[in-house]
Amino acid sequence: MVADTPLKRFIADYVSSPLAVIAAIGMALVILAAAFAEFVAPQNPYDLMTVNILDGSLEPGETGFDGFYYWLGSDEQGRDMYSAMIYGLRISLVVSVIAVTSAVFIGLTMGMIAAWKGGWVESLIMRIVDIQLSFPALFVALLLLAILGKGIDKVIIALILIQWAYFARAVRGAALVEIRKDYVMAARCAALSPHRILFRHVMPNCLPPVIVIATVQIANAIAIEAALSFLGVGVPITEPSLGLLIANGFDYLLSGRYWISFYPGVALLITLVLINLVGDHLRDILNPRMNK
Amino acid sequence: MSAPVLSVRGLITEFETREGSVRAVNNVSFDLAPGEVLGLVGESGSGKTITGFSIMGLVEEPGVIRGGEVLLNDENVLALPEPKLRALRGDRIAMIFQDPMMTLNPVLRIDTQMIETILAHRKLSKAEAREMATEALALVGIPSPAERLRAYPHELSGGMRQRVVIAIALMLEPDLIIADEPTTALDVTIQSQILFEMQKLMASRQTAMIWITHDLTVVAGLAQKVAVMYAGKIVEYGLVDDLLDRPAHPYTQGLMQSIPSNTSRGNRLTQIPGMTPSLLKLPKGCAFAPRCAYASEACKVAPEETAIGETRRVRCHHALGGVS
Amino acid sequence: MLAYLIRRFGQAILVMSVMATIVFFGLYMVGNPVDLLINPEDDLLAQEAAIRRLGLDKPVHIQFFHFLGGLVQGDLGTSFVHNTPALELILSRLPATLELAFLGVFFALVIGIPLGMYAGLYPKSPVSRTIMAGSVIGFSTPNFWQGLMLIMLFAVFWRILPAGGRGETVDVLGIPVSFLTWDGLSHLFLPALNVAIYKISLVIRLTRAGTAEIGLQDYVKYARARGLSEWRVINVHILKNILIPVVTVVGLELGNVIAFAVVTETVFAWPGIGKLLIDSIGLLDRPVVVAYLMLTVFMFVMINLVVDIIYSLLDPRIRVKRRA
Repeated sequence: MVADTPLKRFIADYVSSPLAVIAAIGMALVILAAAFAEFVAPQNPYDLMTVNILDGSLEPGETGFDGFYYWLGSDEQGRDMYSAMIYGLRISLVVSVIAVTSAVFIGLTMGMIAAWKGGWVESLIMRIVDIQLSFPALFVALLLLAILGKGIDKVIIALILIQWAYFARAVRGAALVEIRKDYVMAARCAALSPHRILFRHVMPNCLPPVIVIATVQIANAIAIEAALSFLGVGVPITEPSLGLLIANGFDYLLSGRYWISFYPGVALLITLVLINLVGDHLRDILNPRMNK
Repeated sequence: MSAPVLSVRGLITEFETREGSVRAVNNVSFDLAPGEVLGLVGESGSGKTITGFSIMGLVEEPGVIRGGEVLLNDENVLALPEPKLRALRGDRIAMIFQDPMMTLNPVLRIDTQMIETILAHRKLSKAEAREMATEALALVGIPSPAERLRAYPHELSGGMRQRVVIAIALMLEPDLIIADEPTTALDVTIQSQILFEMQKLMASRQTAMIWITHDLTVVAGLAQKVAVMYAGKIVEYGLVDDLLDRPAHPYTQGLMQSIPSNTSRGNRLTQIPGMTPSLLKLPKGCAFAPRCAYASEACKVAPEETAIGETRRVRCHHALGGVS
Repeated sequence: MLAYLIRRFGQAILVMSVMATIVFFGLYMVGNPVDLLINPEDDLLAQEAAIRRLGLDKPVHIQFFHFLGGLVQGDLGTSFVHNTPALELILSRLPATLELAFLGVFFALVIGIPLGMYAGLYPKSPVSRTIMAGSVIGFSTPNFWQGLMLIMLFAVFWRILPAGGRGETVDVLGIPVSFLTWDGLSHLFLPALNVAIYKISLVIRLTRAGTAEIGLQDYVKYARARGLSEWRVINVHILKNILIPVVTVVGLELGNVIAFAVVTETVFAWPGIGKLLIDSIGLLDRPVVVAYLMLTVFMFVMINLVVDIIYSLLDPRIRVKRRA
């Protein structure tokens, strides 16, 4: 393969797996649907004008009084499940992307500070990371939410506090390897400022692991948010994410109205599988040790 | 000469890789009489180890044996069905691996590994098998063998472990032992001890042996026959004294000149220029030509195997030592 | 070694105290249990009596010292809702959670190891691809939704297993257990499966990676070269080497299982500590929440400590292996 730039090589590597390409396209579609929910969803499930309580609990494929076709059924209040899912997906994605982006930022900064400063600063940061990572993410989230209370902002804060540690650990590892390389020594000898060396030279080389972990962590964030919302300590009822939709459907499941929690779950599952497939493949091509 | 215990005829083993199939063993032939030792010499990647595994029919994916015969007591091993082949391995043909640290399973005790080998081939009780294992350990000079049997491999030194492996190889009195650089990973003093003892044991039992090595000096003291391998082919084959006194192939000569000796003291050692070629990108014609001082136009065509005298074969257009 | 132990214990105590502080101050700043627990219809006198009884009239730092003092004596306060000591309440729910966790881990090992080994041994077979695809789905499916789907299939559509609750229990040494009665077992099965599915995927991945790696080791090739049956090579030589890392990781995961039991217990109305925690958070029953968190932190710190110590004890052998 002719590969002149790292980007071209990366793209060439990526398209070598048809499954990963399909997953990436699927992921793009999911993101687009969530971003343009107003245009994609046939109904605005939170506009009381369009929701008719008389259309409550319709089975998938039934038609409502005003002729609206509920192909995935409706919930107790008469909301179109398909529309509710797209809006719910948006909330799930927004929460996790904001959380992971912030966590990447904090983790990258802390990881590089640890690697560059060394000494007690490094010990302190890495000790916090170690302790935090020795507890399961869901446990830490429950602890934080028990303290912080409910709300979208609280969930995001909890997710950031959980996830920064993964990035800090990976970045420190990668940065330590980079800092020992000759070119950094050369840059130091050339009296470049530490700031410039770190951000212009070391950081770009730490990005591959960060990209891989970020992809996987977005999936994790979505899953944790869903679990928290299901447990009733996550997002409020006024802004239902996929997890909360599933939780709402739980009550109706036992009476056989499966679709209220089944379809949001399928949407959640598909989203997570797509992200994990992309993440797995990214790990394969960005990690030179895994190259066959 | 007595009837050969082992006769390898035109053995070909290939590896399927992404870049195409690679011929790791290319048309290899040799004979071995009972009690005879063949030194199979070559650099790493020359195909000598794969030859050893091919003889046992133990080539793992993506390797495939493509052709040739391996006659053990006139029976073609390669044509045997898997169960019969398995019955042969460890019983008629035993193998000693290079690194004793990696050969024995770290989580199983020595007795487990010895007894399972015996029980795989002999209908004995466990107690009888244990008795046999103890004797085998004593034979290779392991002190208090009954005690050592209960040890885990990591509790023994490298030399001890290799003795255990040798004991396992000798235990069932095979017709043939394939030893893949069994002393390379050991300390020099232990190396010579083990070499000495192996020599003694082989001679007393009339077991044929293939000794795979990159070290011609070891071969000089141990083997009766030598086969020098380069890029999957045997480039020179003959009786040990004959071959070492008058190497005919430039590669053999190069190998010999790179051995330090008394006469070379104070002088620079000669080395063979260049690197072993990748089997994927073998030069056309003679594979050694790019590194050979004698290479000419003729070498663009691969040399056939030519006999020199009765026991000697060489693959070279410019065979040295007065013969041409 | 002693210095290491002391340092490690010091760390554990430090983590515990930091957690205790965070948990206490965090929780006591949020919400007001007075509003929740005291009937507003009561007259003021009764309300104040209740506040005094619960110790809520004292300044926060006094409450904190009171809490710390209690912590040292194993007294974690009294549940506002149940009016019993919080620790006692949690310990009475703990057996249910442990039963669930252990059965889940058992499922994970018994199902995950054979599937993972198969996938590692025959990576190209369609069955292996199916197993691995299944493990990706098992990894990606949110735990609570899995639980719902299990209920949907087994309890709602097929009506063969109950949807929730614990069922009949039998006391063993004074501890109620479900797995000894048919009814209890039928209630236990779905939640345990729910706990297990994610772990099965994890075990499959670990085992497959281990099998693929160990399959390449010399000692496996050597086992084959000794003529051992494929069954023995796989089930003794490979399996024994895989069990060590897999069981270690799964042991470490036990803490994780207990944490995730919160979800499973909520889905299946399983009366363990996780369900208690979620109920207590909803009711602002702070002593119970604090006691749960402290107990779980304690368990995690202990599990990590024990694993670290075991590892440092195993260290010499691990070092030997690495060097080899």
